Amino acid sequence: MSDVVDASVVRASGLRKEYGKGEGMVRAVDGVDLEVTAGETVAVMGPSGCGKSTLLHLLGGLDRPSDGEVWLAGRRIDRIGEKALARMRRTAVGFVFQAFHLMDELTAVENVELSALLAGSSPQAARRRAIDLLDRVGLADRAGFLPSALSGGQRQRVAIARALSNEPAVVLADEPTGNLDSAATLEVLRLFESLHEAGQTLLIVTHDSRIAATTDRLISMRDGAFVDETRLTGGTSGSLGALAGLEG
Amino acid sequence: MGRALLVFRLAARDLRRRPVEAALLLVVILAATATLTIGLVLREAAADPYQDTREATAGPDVVASISPPLSGGQPADRGELQDMADASGVIAHSGPYPVTGAKLAANDRTVDVEAEGRDAAAVQVDQPKILDGSWVRDGGVVVEAALADALGVGAGDQVSLAGQSFRVVGIAATAATEPYPEASNYTPPRTVGAGQVPPPAEDLGLVWLTEPDARSLAGQPESLSYVMNLKLRDPAAAPAFVAEHSPSEDAPPGAAASDPVATEMVWLTTWQQIRDNASLLVRNEQRVLVAAGWLLGLLAVASVAVLVGGRMADQTRRVGLLKAVGGTPGLVAAVLLAEYVVVAMVAAAAGLAVGWLATPRLTDPSAGLIGSTGTPSLSLATVGIVTAVAVGVAVLATFVPAIRAARTSTVLALADAARPPRRTAWLIAISARLPASLLSALRVAGRRPRRMILSIVSVAITVSGIVAALSLNAQLDTARFGSSQLDEVRTERLGQVLLVITFMLLALAAVNAIVTTWATVLDARYSSALARALGLTPQQVSSGLAAAQVLPALAGAILGIPAGLGLVAAVDPDTTTYPPLWQLLAVLPGTVLVVAALTTIPARIGARRSVAGILQTEHA
Repeated sequence: MSDVVDASVVRASGLRKEYGKGEGMVRAVDGVDLEVTAGETVAVMGPSGCGKSTLLHLLGGLDRPSDGEVWLAGRRIDRIGEKALARMRRTAVGFVFQAFHLMDELTAVENVELSALLAGSSPQAARRRAIDLLDRVGLADRAGFLPSALSGGQRQRVAIARALSNEPAVVLADEPTGNLDSAATLEVLRLFESLHEAGQTLLIVTHDSRIAATTDRLISMRDGAFVDETRLTGGTSGSLGALAGLEG
Repeated sequence: MGRALLVFRLAARDLRRRPVEAALLLVVILAATATLTIGLVLREAAADPYQDTREATAGPDVVASISPPLSGGQPADRGELQDMADASGVIAHSGPYPVTGAKLAANDRTVDVEAEGRDAAAVQVDQPKILDGSWVRDGGVVVEAALADALGVGAGDQVSLAGQSFRVVGIAATAATEPYPEASNYTPPRTVGAGQVPPPAEDLGLVWLTEPDARSLAGQPESLSYVMNLKLRDPAAAPAFVAEHSPSEDAPPGAAASDPVATEMVWLTTWQQIRDNASLLVRNEQRVLVAAGWLLGLLAVASVAVLVGGRMADQTRRVGLLKAVGGTPGLVAAVLLAEYVVVAMVAAAAGLAVGWLATPRLTDPSAGLIGSTGTPSLSLATVGIVTAVAVGVAVLATFVPAIRAARTSTVLALADAARPPRRTAWLIAISARLPASLLSALRVAGRRPRRMILSIVSVAITVSGIVAALSLNAQLDTARFGSSQLDEVRTERLGQVLLVITFMLLALAAVNAIVTTWATVLDARYSSALARALGLTPQQVSSGLAAAQVLPALAGAILGIPAGLGLVAAVDPDTTTYPPLWQLLAVLPGTVLVVAALTTIPARIGARRSVAGILQTEHA
């Protein structure tokens, strides 16, 4: 079978990730099948330690599965070399982490342009794009601020801007509001809503039901496996704040 | 008492917890202290054997000699020497003895010697110490010990002196002249100006005969020089005595000789000058070793600072715990300082032992002086300096991080928050224009400017040491063109010393490069993981980490070359020889290649760590 035939943005089949051996073996991801189509917003929910983050790392090529297939932007990535995998991360995926993972010594705009610079963009083009993205996330006036001078919500918006820097096929968000208060969570949700409206594919791992309720599809995960899947009619195109109970 | 015990216990436990790092610290400080010890012990070793010989032979305080005028035809005026014996301050003398130059042939080698005619009876001043055989008798020659050693002759052997056959009846040491190959030149031609002391000749030995044999060897009385040994009431005043009795350049004609070619004059040499010339060989080594000891000491400061910095980063939580249970900032600083001071003390003791045991290898062979081949003494001053340097290295490298750790907020320390990296705006702006690996390298290097400076300093010190070694090697190459015994001995000895120093410098620099890279890898694990999450390949990350070491190394090499040339000029201003240009230019790419090779493995290991694991567990 060819490795470059899939039309879906993200696809996983029989995905398994195991740690340890023998009796001490832990199955973090256990036979997951998943398909995310272009423009879709999917939430994976479950308690802490159920394997959500590991799944996200496998789908984004940050980690390699013990078994199964992973397809990203039409290309199978579980068997490709490190170099090709890095190229895929550079071009096809944008990561948003719970801990933001911004470089402390770089300003907001420098953090955002980093991905583009690493991908080989010219400094001028990378800077233009970064400023556009900061404007899009409402932080144009904070472009020269260091992360330490930004609030949690602002930091996460910078991280989202960075994730969008190389126009990825999919944004993978790992507990994006896990470290935020309600107001900041609302800021981030609004941003995701605008991304969804713009046709950006999103896969969000969370244990926050308010975020999950804003997506097109909700997948419940327990002990490394999917246990339930629900299509949500409201999605991020609905009245986000009201639906999530964050406004008022 | 309880607090001291606590400090000691905590320090000991932490050292035991990280034995490899403790061992590295020990090795680094030991290398510096051992080299410094050798240098300092050599300084004392250079003086001791001469002193022993002087005591054993009733060595003279001043040696006076007179030669016939170079214009020829007249004998040397012994009366002038006799006047010296009556001079104020002289309490005893021996001589004047006739001296003539001759060729000594033995075992297929021919050496220029001064043949001195002596009484068979013992004298009060300068009675050479017989090491083998007996003193002079008719038809028998006594050979100076270093010369005998070089020629491989002993009592009972036959030698040829000015074509006449003599039996070696004894081997002896004296303090009245430098040992072979630097024996004093009493006979013409002389090339020094009036009032100056003739320098030690190269490849010149000394033998003693009976007076009649010496005169017979000379043939003509006009070719004989004379030497007399003076004992002064105050030996320390010998330089003043010589100054008083030496003719000055502007002395009126007739008062003393201003033209040594036309007239004869008395040459006076103090025992201090003989001592200094006799230890010239060892003093050169000592000078080089002391300079190298300080270089290695500085390098050790850089190494220890990097090691300590890395360890301190790992100890943040421990500091928080100590403070949470009531430890004062002073106690925390004491605990952190104590463990490095303990390591430094152990390293100092080991360095002193190693240096003390290694020194005799560098003082051999000096058979011309008594007691030169034994183990030199270790003075209290040497012990004090070496210990102070070792402890100083540890304190200097530990003080800032220890104080910083002690002042850290307890809450932050308990949270084990990493020290925030430094923002260097201009470096970030410049790096944006570079390819991904170099961008990563510059930013990694710029995150910890102090470590980058330490890397630059470390490489600069190493390169300056290497340039100094190349200069000395060039000097030795020049010396090799001369074929004298002195050149051979100097070349061999300094060659050995250079080899040891170069090896130690390179070993210490290699440890430094690896330790710095590893500290950088650990420190940059988060940013490296993030860069990989953003699409950098492991190769790009590892080459970035390696380049982060290579860039400071290049800067260090560029600074180290002029520093090394300056060091050479400072250590040996009289005979400075610079290495060829191609060698200096080769140092740059050589340094870069070596540093790149040394840092590749730790950088690769660092770049292959699990991205997901690091990002899940670390926060900036």
